[in-house]
Amino acid sequence: MAMTGLDIYKLTPKTNCKECGFPTCMAFSMKVAAGGVEISKCPHMSEEAMAKLSESTTPLMKAVSFGQGETEYKLGGETVLFRHEKTFVNRNRYAVLFSDEMPQEQIDAKLANMKNVHYVRIGEEMKVEIAALQYTGNKASYLALINKVKASGLKVAYMLVCEDLSVLKEALSLVGDEKPIVFGATKDNYQEMVGLAKDSKLLLGVKAAGLEELYELVENIQKLDYKELLLDTGIASVRDAFTNAVQIRRTALKEQDRTFGYPSVVFINELAKGDKFMEIALASLFTMKYGSILVLEDMDYARALPLYGLRQNIFTDPQKPMRVEPKFYPINNPGDNSPVLITVDFALTYFIVSGEVERSKVPTWLGNPDAGGYSVLTAWAAGKLSGSVIAKFIKESDIESKTKCRKLIIPGRVAVLKADIEDGLPGWEVIIGPDEAMHLPKFLRTMEGIN
Amino acid sequence: MAFKTSVQKYSGNVCNLELGTGEKKISLGGQNVIPFYSFDGDTGSGAKIGLEILDIYPDNWVDELKNLYGSAANNAAEWARLVEEKYSPDFICLRLVGADPNGLNKSVEECAALAIEVAKAVKLPLVIAGTQNHEKDLKLFEKVAEVLEGYNVLLLAAVEENYKTIAAAGVTAYKHKVAAESSVDINLAKQLNILINQLEVKSENIVMHVGSAAVGYGFEYVASTIDRIRLAALGQNDKTLQMPIITPVSFDTWNVKEGASTIEDTPEWGDQTERGIAMEISTAVGVIAAGSDAVILRHPRSAQTIRAFLGKLI
Repeated sequence: MAMTGLDIYKLTPKTNCKECGFPTCMAFSMKVAAGGVEISKCPHMSEEAMAKLSESTTPLMKAVSFGQGETEYKLGGETVLFRHEKTFVNRNRYAVLFSDEMPQEQIDAKLANMKNVHYVRIGEEMKVEIAALQYTGNKASYLALINKVKASGLKVAYMLVCEDLSVLKEALSLVGDEKPIVFGATKDNYQEMVGLAKDSKLLLGVKAAGLEELYELVENIQKLDYKELLLDTGIASVRDAFTNAVQIRRTALKEQDRTFGYPSVVFINELAKGDKFMEIALASLFTMKYGSILVLEDMDYARALPLYGLRQNIFTDPQKPMRVEPKFYPINNPGDNSPVLITVDFALTYFIVSGEVERSKVPTWLGNPDAGGYSVLTAWAAGKLSGSVIAKFIKESDIESKTKCRKLIIPGRVAVLKADIEDGLPGWEVIIGPDEAMHLPKFLRTMEGIN
Repeated sequence: MAFKTSVQKYSGNVCNLELGTGEKKISLGGQNVIPFYSFDGDTGSGAKIGLEILDIYPDNWVDELKNLYGSAANNAAEWARLVEEKYSPDFICLRLVGADPNGLNKSVEECAALAIEVAKAVKLPLVIAGTQNHEKDLKLFEKVAEVLEGYNVLLLAAVEENYKTIAAAGVTAYKHKVAAESSVDINLAKQLNILINQLEVKSENIVMHVGSAAVGYGFEYVASTIDRIRLAALGQNDKTLQMPIITPVSFDTWNVKEGASTIEDTPEWGDQTERGIAMEISTAVGVIAAGSDAVILRHPRSAQTIRAFLGKLI
């Protein structure tokens, strides 16, 4: 929370010595609160007061990062509990778990799956971002596993899930340069763990039995002046993990207690116990609410399609309308006889319309002129979707060379534009489509002269 | 300093609503906290799960589901009985797609006759879903409400264009519950609730259907609309937004390409049924986590997973 001038004044010596250049301590404090002058201009501030002030200006939830170059990701830095209050800023990341006790075929299969699930959806690259590498007791196999993942050619960040300091040191000699996440510090090893993570500022996972113990452990780690932390929600039960994720976030943002002002990690693979559909359910829950790294058993399209879609939606900034690029999109492999259908560039409208066109299985050129990112009626009312906008869009695109069909279907809600468009586009016949996208399949299938 | 659990107390709560009759009747709502926040207070009845059946043979459904239901899917009453015995959901959603004027355009009398057969075949509460054609639904729900008098079903749904008849006939005349459908906007939801209240229909007889979308398809609007409605109901004690919420998840998830594209169309995506179930599960968890009190699902496997999921959080 920002401090007021009065709050700051209370921390000054209140001597009005004028050494800061201001006539009174109060005037100086007001200026500091407004951001007009640095607090360090006052030579008489106590160390304690300075610490308090710098504390008040740091964010409630710290933004941390891990990985290197192409695999660098940010977590945390959230300022609200609900996205409509402002926006969520750093999306959660998905990890797949490997361990040294897994048979080689299983490791190979997971690596192959991770390679396979890699696609772009509305401008965002969708893939597994993290390989979580768990040590279960066989050092030689563990190091071999790390080398194998490293040699796989996958662009992933690493999370070393290992509490054995000597093994961890060797693991870091293999992938230390790639800024892996180190997981993790416990009440028994945290001093050594901090020592290991500190030099390269590695993100350090913190693990404890229950929130009380976790809180105490974070306090102890912070006393060692280390704040690149990732808090484990635990695997005792789904209910506990969810409670912990909510309490960690709420303690930071609502209670304004920075001890829990860090991102969290949820080992969903452990909670789902091998049930893939349960894993999808739990990963969806923690994507909605406050999981920062979600560790999964494996990745395939059945998991990826819903989870990446959900994540993309939840981390969309509600302050900006979501738009798709204004252009023509080929749906169902249209050819040079396929009709042209017009909608708007508001993402929600575009997806509903394109989905229905796909369902119709009728090859169609779907175009969305720049309508300001509004829905059909709003865009029309705002003058962003007019006869001239549509005519200009058709002319400036190369659609007339792509199809010989001169039938242009417009949304039923803007039937009034028909004459205007036809005036601007000689040779085209404007056809009034249905009012609702859900009627498009039947409309397209039964429309005469297009099949 | 020691950790202290952060507790949020709210002044409002969600209305408690009963659906169905007899031993299998269910309650929706009753909570005064955000879903699963048991550390804050009373989590109420918990989310309820319904399975979708149709009044006609489900030609467009995935083969795996058609095989699962077999010949029972030819007869809605038999189908409902099978669903009740084998999968025991909390309720059954009978969707009268055959009445759609853009489809088979079956008469309201025919649909009503079928609805009463289904109601007699099972003990589970029923949700009757219409065609989304406002004029047809108006006549359809009027007739269905009449023949189902005494079964205490939910009519899904009344919209601004037809709420007067549906709410008056459904609730006032035949003592059913009505779902008020608005399109993903807290103010539209509130307005329709107020309009229905003005017909002397009490909030205890209204369920909200505030719009739905599959994950990946503007789902953030649905999630944030439900978030805001719940925070207004609980935090500001807004009486006009305290009705329970129902979300027909399966109506969307099996139509988007992730659920509808066959393995021949997109071989790299793998098994279609599995994708459909995954989309259904993810979307259901999303709306339940935001605050939906009931979800309608299509695949029994989805229902089974959501039930187990809810069990882990209670």
